[in-house]
Amino acid sequence: MIPELGQFALILALLLALAQGVLPIVGAWRGNGALMAVARPAAAGQAVFVFGAMAILIHAFLAFDFSVAYVADNSNLALPWYYRITAVWGAHEGSMLLWVFILNVWSLALAAFSRHLPEPFVSRVLGVLGLIGVGFLAFILFTSNPFLRELPMPADGGDLNPVLQDPGMTFHPPVLYMGYVGFSVAFAFSIAALLGGELEQAWVRWARPWTNIAWAFLTMGIVAGSWWAYAELGWGGWWFWDPVENASFMPWLVGVALIHAQAVTEKRGSLPAWTVLLSLFAFSLSLLGTFLVRSGVLTSVHAFASDPRRGLYILGFLIVVIGGSLLLYAIRAPKVATGKPFAALSRETGIMVANLLFTTAAAMVLLGTLFPLIGDAFNLGRVSVGPPYFGFLFVLLMAPAVLLLPFGPYLRWGHAEGRHLTAMALRAGVAAIVCAIAAMWFVDGKLRAIAGVAGAVWVGAGTLAYVVKRWREMPAGRRYPAEMAGMLVAHAGIAIFLIGVMLSESLSTERDVRLAPGQTETVGRLQFRFEGVRETAGPNWQADEGVVVVLRDGDTIATLHPQKRTYSRGQVQSESSIDPGLFRDIYVALGEPMDAAHAEGAWAVRLYHKPFVRWIWLGGLFMMLGGFLAAGERRFRAKKAPAAAVAKESVA
Amino acid sequence: MSRLIPLIAFLVLVGLFGFGIWWNTQHDQHEIVSPLIDKPAPAFALPTLADPGHTVDKASLMGRPYFLNVFASWCIECVHEHPQLLGEMKQLGLPLVGMNYKDDPQEAIAWLREHGNPFDTIVTDRDGRAGIDFGVYGAPETFLIDARGVIRYKHVGPITPEVIDGEIRPALAALAKERS
Repeated sequence: MIPELGQFALILALLLALAQGVLPIVGAWRGNGALMAVARPAAAGQAVFVFGAMAILIHAFLAFDFSVAYVADNSNLALPWYYRITAVWGAHEGSMLLWVFILNVWSLALAAFSRHLPEPFVSRVLGVLGLIGVGFLAFILFTSNPFLRELPMPADGGDLNPVLQDPGMTFHPPVLYMGYVGFSVAFAFSIAALLGGELEQAWVRWARPWTNIAWAFLTMGIVAGSWWAYAELGWGGWWFWDPVENASFMPWLVGVALIHAQAVTEKRGSLPAWTVLLSLFAFSLSLLGTFLVRSGVLTSVHAFASDPRRGLYILGFLIVVIGGSLLLYAIRAPKVATGKPFAALSRETGIMVANLLFTTAAAMVLLGTLFPLIGDAFNLGRVSVGPPYFGFLFVLLMAPAVLLLPFGPYLRWGHAEGRHLTAMALRAGVAAIVCAIAAMWFVDGKLRAIAGVAGAVWVGAGTLAYVVKRWREMPAGRRYPAEMAGMLVAHAGIAIFLIGVMLSESLSTERDVRLAPGQTETVGRLQFRFEGVRETAGPNWQADEGVVVVLRDGDTIATLHPQKRTYSRGQVQSESSIDPGLFRDIYVALGEPMDAAHAEGAWAVRLYHKPFVRWIWLGGLFMMLGGFLAAGERRFRAKKAPAAAVAKESVA
Repeated sequence: MSRLIPLIAFLVLVGLFGFGIWWNTQHDQHEIVSPLIDKPAPAFALPTLADPGHTVDKASLMGRPYFLNVFASWCIECVHEHPQLLGEMKQLGLPLVGMNYKDDPQEAIAWLREHGNPFDTIVTDRDGRAGIDFGVYGAPETFLIDARGVIRYKHVGPITPEVIDGEIRPALAALAKERS
């Protein structure tokens, strides 16, 4: 009975979404206040029913209701309760419900925190979000119903994909979706502006905090995903250019461009059409990501579902949403596009160059991700595009961005003066060269590591110099408004990230060795002593657990316990063991026993020493923090920008 | 005109995705062609479930075609395919050899007592080594091995009436044609 209530709740949510999608937009068009007033209650009602459906699905998992096919497929009696909750989004149907759930979180937040915006505008924004909700709710109800019953009810269920049974996976999908779906708000703002023909640029100011928060969540989600791949997949890598990773990375890259373009449009009124286009792109790529993962058009380690009917539905949905919005853009954009001119040397130019680099990078990732499909289409045979393509082109595109980044804050709006720039370049350049020369001794001349240090110091010193400049020149209290603080923190994150990537990529040592119990392997200054394998068990798995003692100069610094788990349904999953540190990770993964019949004998063991690898995620967290900080800017909450503030900003 | 460029680019993408969906309906991505098809089945000599002292090997089964079904008491899908094994598969008239895969013999016997025993012979592969030789992904799997000991057909996953009609009967017909 209860699962049927869940389905019923989804049907009601669909109807309310329909009301939310149609009536307020018509109301805004006709100037009908009563119709516009439907937007908020309808959004709240839709949220109530979607949250209810979510709660019912979670309850079905917690109560072991195996009569629900989705529950039976993705959980069993031995699965601990916390993984039964995460199993809710462990497969296709539930993750679509999660998508709608988070869409409603955003709609609800927007309905609550938009009282200062003009009524017709809010009505249009909520209406667009309602229409997106209609698309996804109909998709769930018609092709991917998580409440489908399976009769007769099986006595026990299957299992949640063991790869997903990891703490990192518990919050990776919700956070990632917060980002993906959050771009729907920026999208809805743009569509609302196109529909209303908003001539003033105020809407961009209102959209900025939402975009920043969505982008920050997306950053957090990608960091969590990368961390999970590192800790769980057992290969010691942190980014694989896998189609599913790319699906989240493309909106992120466009999101970077978007939050910068929004700043230009908000403050200077320039590039409005470009900003609109970018917000359409960011959400389109989020939808595309969902499509790529869910339709089975591309196969990858993550692809859970491939059902052509679902693929066709999502494709139709994409055509309506993306095609429709791009058509609207083609028709209406001339109305909002009244860009202000700017000089060649100005912050606008700097941001535009960075924008081009980031969108090109996103296009490059898109091309690489879709290339296997293009290969099929033109009969080029099975083509696979791997890290060499991405690694080379991405670095090529991002190197100029890193080079230009420290100049950003020093560039004035409208027209910049060269002398500030040369002073900064001189200081940061000298710092970078000195540090790079100093680093040579520590990295035994590895070029990539030296370049990494130089790049990171260049960005870090340039950013720091600006912090100092503001401190000296501005009165207390006005030095670092939230927006600027966010920008500085995020840019510092780039420096940290660069250190992490370049040093860990070039200085890591990896060893695949055969170790018998009692045997020791030396990697650099570390000794790994293999103490053998013992048997252990968890709630729903049994494992061979290796014991590896790590010594440095004869002193024990860590004891690691890598596992080879066998889950209740026979899937085997390697569980690496990591001794984390700010300056290095020691990472051990268990391969296979040399003789399958003798687990107590020798094993293939993978040993890694990874310096600075943690800085990769630390840098990501700084970028995320920057996004959240900037969203707190007080100016974004004002209905009308005080003219004085705008004038001052343009001088700053 | 320049404002139409994003739309046109998107329509090109749509064409590509439409093609991708069409292509996938023509090609089953889960179908992993076993390299063992039309190759001699790997040699094995395994103890029987009924009497662990007695072993059955590949040579002793040669001479007429038979089905080899990989099953286990821990395998949930095996319960789903069991009615087909007891019913239609038996009626096909070929010996049904069970390979009890990575299982405890006592549990396997209890499981067969509960669900019924369709097998003519049951061999046990406790450590899964024969399973590795046969390229078993996981239970259940079913092989059709001909009189000369060559693997002619393989099915991964539970056997359904559709699989029997759509795949197994045609495979048997092809075998029969060859012999005549």
